[in-house]
Amino acid sequence: MEKQVILNSRHFELTIKRLCHQLIESHNDFSESVLIGLQPRGVNVVSRLKKELEQVLDHDVICGNLDITFYRDDFRRREKPLIPSATNIDFVIEGKKVILVDDVLYTGRTIRSGLDALLAFGRPQKVELLTLIDRRFRRDLPIQADYVGKSVDTLISERVLVEWKEIDGEDKVVLYTPDTNE
Amino acid sequence: MNNLSVEHLTGINDLTREDIELIFKTADSFKEVINRPIKKVPSLRDITIANLFFENSTRTRLSFELAEKRLSADVVNFSAASSSVKKGETLIDTVNNILSMKVDMVVMRHPNPGAAKFLSERINAKVVNAGDGTHEHPTQALLDAYSIRERLGSVEGKKVVIVGDILHSRVALSNIYCLQKLGAEVMVCGPTTLIPKYIEELGVKVEHNLIRALEWCDVANMLRIQLERQDIKYFPSLREYSMQFGLNKEILDALPKEIIVMHPGPINRGVEITSDVADSKQSIILQQVENGVAVRMAVIYLLAAKIERQ
Repeated sequence: MEKQVILNSRHFELTIKRLCHQLIESHNDFSESVLIGLQPRGVNVVSRLKKELEQVLDHDVICGNLDITFYRDDFRRREKPLIPSATNIDFVIEGKKVILVDDVLYTGRTIRSGLDALLAFGRPQKVELLTLIDRRFRRDLPIQADYVGKSVDTLISERVLVEWKEIDGEDKVVLYTPDTNE
Repeated sequence: MNNLSVEHLTGINDLTREDIELIFKTADSFKEVINRPIKKVPSLRDITIANLFFENSTRTRLSFELAEKRLSADVVNFSAASSSVKKGETLIDTVNNILSMKVDMVVMRHPNPGAAKFLSERINAKVVNAGDGTHEHPTQALLDAYSIRERLGSVEGKKVVIVGDILHSRVALSNIYCLQKLGAEVMVCGPTTLIPKYIEELGVKVEHNLIRALEWCDVANMLRIQLERQDIKYFPSLREYSMQFGLNKEILDALPKEIIVMHPGPINRGVEITSDVADSKQSIILQQVENGVAVRMAVIYLLAAKIERQ
């Protein structure tokens, strides 16, 4: 397995900062907007964005987590059932502008499930999508992100993994390519 | 681990501790789902479930039906009172007829012990036992243990006394298996005639004095006297039973610590438990009912995950 860092910790930080400023550009003071992270890994992105946004705005930003396990379209198509994570949305999303957040956008199926799951909580005024990494040209569904940290071109056999300072010791994004002779 | 070790839920005795913990973990998520504005998820859109009730039930049947509907399964209901069973059809024939209409899972309550196991060995569908005679009632035991876990943080090391008609109770047997697998200590309490012989072999304590049992326990599960299953008189009168084994507020308040009171329902107010106890803040009877839906959703979801796609 070949490893290639496609976003190091310095660029990682810059990217998060840029995404926050882009969000503020279209959501002003976030009084009508909420961030919702998709479980399990979108949650990490949300907590970093929240920290950064609150520093710039100087007030609380409303954030939640959404688990999409029961809305997936591959139930009974995989070997083992998926174990759900916690959903934590203790605010009303009716009429709000919701920004769905995930770490890697790939086939778009997770986002499709996320939209379904989100609507069980009410009717938002608008839903946008933010992703740290966009594996473009790999979509199964017509879904595109409104805010993209970095776009990468990848093969199906490759894997993109986002690592976090809090969990893995360092902020970085790694591209794993299987050896050609494997 | 994220898969059950069993193909059917016929009894708690077949489950491992890991199975029970997996069901609880999944039920946690469903409990959150049933408190949303839209209490429904689309997971089981392509599954059809038949609820076969050869014996009366309100709570269990409603609870199963709600659980199935909240998972978006298609549901058909059947009760013995209005069926061909009265015309002499056998159990296997009845069920196979229903299955030929492409049903994936059967939830069954039956008056004969072992009926669910019998069925699971003979038909091509998942079977969930919703009570088979005096044998087991696995989902009730799961929701009881889940409610204890919710209130006390865990079941491990807790002391639970089951009071009442142990002899005729499937809830008691399933509860004993379930609580022991999760590491709780279990005691049974009731008149000598209603405690089965050799029940100590299951590793439970036996006590015939209600006060002593309550002083020992953290949780008291009060069972109903199942008059419909009693072929002979096991005690002189309901009034005498109630005086010796009924739980009232005076007894509860005189205990050295605050215990939790449970009841699987239906309650006979004034017999095994008085109204002020049933409605007190120590009682978790209504939480049990709410948790029942979440626990049953978890059981159905995890079994449905094992149905092969054609």
